[in-house]
Amino acid sequence: MSCPAVAYLSTLWTQLSRTMLVVVVYCSLTFSSSCVWGQAHDHGADGQRHKPTQGSLARSSFKLPTGEELVNVLLLRDYNTRVVTFGTILLGITAGLIGVFMLLRKRSLVGDVVSHSALPGIAMAYLIAESVGQSGRSLPVLMIGATIAGFLGVVCTVGIRRYTRVKEDAALALVLSVFFGFGVALFTLIQSLPTGNSAGLNHFIYGNTATMIASDVYVIVIASVVVWISGFFLFKEFKLLCFDQRFAASQGWPVTALDLLLMALVVAVTVIGMQSVGLLLVVAMLIIPAAAARFWSDRLERVALLACALGGLASYFGVILSALFPNLAAGAVIVLTGTAFFVISLLFGWRRGMLQRIWMQMRVRYRVQQHHLLRAVYEVLELVQIESIAEQDESSLIELKQAVSLGQLKQHRAWSKSELARSIHYARRDDLVVDIGSDPNVVRLTKTGRAAARRVVRNHRMWELYLINFADIAPSHVDRDADLIEHVLEPEMIEQLEEIMEQASATMRVPPSPHDVTTEPPNSEGPQ
Amino acid sequence: MIFDILEKLGTWDLCDWQTVLIAALAAMACALPGSFLVIRRQSMMGDALSHTVLPGIVIAFLLAAWNGVSYQSNQALFHAFLFSGALVVGIVSAVLTEWVRKQGKVEASAALGVVYASMFALGLLLIRATADSVHIDPECVLYGVLESEVDPFVYFPPAAIINFAMFLVNLVLVVVFFKELRISAFDPALATTLGINARWIHYGLMAVTAATIVMAFRSVGSILVIAMLIAPPTTAYLLTDRLERMIGISLAVAAGCALLGHVIALTLPFFILAPLGFAAKGSANTAGSMAIAAGIFFVAAMLFAPQHGVLMKILVRRRLQIKIACDDILGTIYRWEETHGDAITPQNWIVENAIDVGSSTPRKTFRQLVRQGDIIEQHGGFRLSASGRSRAKELIRSHRLWEAYMAKHFELPDDHLHDMAHRVEHFIDPEIRQQLIDELDQPETDPHGKQIPPE
Repeated sequence: MSCPAVAYLSTLWTQLSRTMLVVVVYCSLTFSSSCVWGQAHDHGADGQRHKPTQGSLARSSFKLPTGEELVNVLLLRDYNTRVVTFGTILLGITAGLIGVFMLLRKRSLVGDVVSHSALPGIAMAYLIAESVGQSGRSLPVLMIGATIAGFLGVVCTVGIRRYTRVKEDAALALVLSVFFGFGVALFTLIQSLPTGNSAGLNHFIYGNTATMIASDVYVIVIASVVVWISGFFLFKEFKLLCFDQRFAASQGWPVTALDLLLMALVVAVTVIGMQSVGLLLVVAMLIIPAAAARFWSDRLERVALLACALGGLASYFGVILSALFPNLAAGAVIVLTGTAFFVISLLFGWRRGMLQRIWMQMRVRYRVQQHHLLRAVYEVLELVQIESIAEQDESSLIELKQAVSLGQLKQHRAWSKSELARSIHYARRDDLVVDIGSDPNVVRLTKTGRAAARRVVRNHRMWELYLINFADIAPSHVDRDADLIEHVLEPEMIEQLEEIMEQASATMRVPPSPHDVTTEPPNSEGPQ
Repeated sequence: MIFDILEKLGTWDLCDWQTVLIAALAAMACALPGSFLVIRRQSMMGDALSHTVLPGIVIAFLLAAWNGVSYQSNQALFHAFLFSGALVVGIVSAVLTEWVRKQGKVEASAALGVVYASMFALGLLLIRATADSVHIDPECVLYGVLESEVDPFVYFPPAAIINFAMFLVNLVLVVVFFKELRISAFDPALATTLGINARWIHYGLMAVTAATIVMAFRSVGSILVIAMLIAPPTTAYLLTDRLERMIGISLAVAAGCALLGHVIALTLPFFILAPLGFAAKGSANTAGSMAIAAGIFFVAAMLFAPQHGVLMKILVRRRLQIKIACDDILGTIYRWEETHGDAITPQNWIVENAIDVGSSTPRKTFRQLVRQGDIIEQHGGFRLSASGRSRAKELIRSHRLWEAYMAKHFELPDDHLHDMAHRVEHFIDPEIRQQLIDELDQPETDPHGKQIPPE
């Protein structure tokens, strides 16, 4: 089960990952030049933060974009849209990469803790910056505060889990809510300041992609490059950390340092993501692309690549949609686009998706039915021939070329008429049985059908014998158990069974049934 | 600064009491389902629900608006809309999470994250899209409007009555279903064999939690609700091992959070703004400050809890250390007196030979032993007193019995026995000694040929 496209992508992975760094650096360079150009032409060199176009909740009427707007947005002609799109896509890609590691380490919600605990850091950074006479709105200052507080929050959860008997989930929820509450209290204090209104700071809660400016994107580019470099050079290390931490430790790798680095990367991505999608939703950018990508592959490289792609795509759609419809907040649209990807992957993912699993189940059920039919045919014929065989040599085979009527089969097993008809229909399609003449009620096994029937019955009886001899189960009880397992007996299993039974002869001889092969449905033998 | 704080607290009046009352009732209503979330290890489900109720709130607002009901016109009916919306959303998010986890085989916390982030995003979009008919201020949802709920003209403001009703509902539910909730929390398999449907208990708890969150969100804000859901029960969890007591303590802590929270809200400007050189005026958001108070209670419990507290554990360890040091000194003196007759044991020799005395505190340990009357200081050395001798005898007896036991039952060379026995000797009580004696047939000497002192 694999798609050629993904297989192709994965072969490209090594080359791609090598070129990825170059691309990111190149993009940032060209982007920075375009920014200079864009500023000169579109806005002058004021560098002011643009007014949010959808800041007010009062505007609610839906308006379809005109064709010109559509073209403008899709081709990124507008300087604003270009900045925002580039920054957000980069963010989506980076968050997707880190999210995969967090998903595999079962720490998806750590991002949530980081983003919530960053809030008091932002508020304190604002207050301290204002108190020393600087502007509290300066993004790097706020981000330093957010990073410190976010990291502190993670350290607190780890500490609580290690030194008290509080479980991980409670520790996460506790730290998250207490830090967030502290942040909210500080925000109200800031609002009471003469200089203060927390308008700029509120972007960190709900996010405001539309106000992203070039300098914000530089920060994202730098952080993304850092994340990509560490993700690229430490890919093997992180991989082992995710799958077998103890083995990594036993190999002498600095597991704690790696873990700490991974945490630091999460904090960095979360803090950067906060101001574009908001602290309440940034965790989604970490979790959703990774969880969606997981449905498509079992190879970490492919999952990581796909998560990056999905994260980038979700961001792109989110920004484009919110640029076209001023009423859609970009953060929410990004998340919901990701959710759409997730649902599609959940349904159609060909590694762990739902449809794939249903398909597998159907195939197993189909095989089981086939086995039942073949064994029923064999046993019916065996009953017919049992006397003539007894006179001859013991090792002679049951003649399976004879025709069997549906009535005989129907009586042999407890199955409904439609079940039987369906299995015969499929068996006919697979060239296991053929009709005799024009009578649809009589069938005969083909050559492949005969071989398959012998194999099936053999597996069944081998297992029965095993159960009788080694598991001390009464002969009258083994039929049911063998019925359940015969379909999944691998050839190696059969070989082992043969060795155990000291029947190492490689003939296709089918052992006689260790119990009566009843011609009546089993339920007729019930207690009288 | 202290005078400023006192002056500020001096303005405490009916409004402040009302604030505390509303907040306390909301917090106590939350603490009840929260206790079960914590012991069921589903705390993050509380976090998730506090996000997922957002679309539920918006839809309930919409439905209410279409039916001509608003908060101002008919409070009871309006809250009925909110309540049922929350119940539905609670169950839907629980079912969805379960479905994603099962069908997608996604790890539980990731499934939770996917579901609640998506539903919250949906809620945000709904707020935007329906801004004409629904007036929800996202900040109000986040922070709550506790301060504007007070009404100086009545004793019990409507918000207090609503929160009290929710508290009562939760209390009745917990009392009625206590047995089921407890069994399914601690042992879902047993609950199933007893005919309790663990799944329905789960969905019921989720629905009630969501309803509680929605009822409380006006007071404490939908995100801060989680502090009230989780923090008081977690604090109580550190203080007791019994579920009934845990619920009782968490109710008390919840009420305490409200009181301390409001005090913090009033005084926070003095602690934060004043040191930074701003004018300390105004007050902080009470809901946020309640979360701070909850954090303070938790840290206090973490440090000082009688059984599970960090400090208590350190204290117990320290006591054990001192006891072992004392034992070692007594044993060392006993061994000296065994070979040297009644001669006084020189202090240097003791310090050199008593392994676990610890380099930092030998002086202190000697002083304690002298004070207890176990050893007598004489001419720069020590001698065992009668009580000290009997204590030392017990110890040496344990030590040599254990050596004899190990020599008999483990194939160890003789020179490996001492270190192990030295570690175990402090923990062998008379009962085990008797068993060892029976096992070894009244031994006289240890493997090294030394006499085992009689009882």
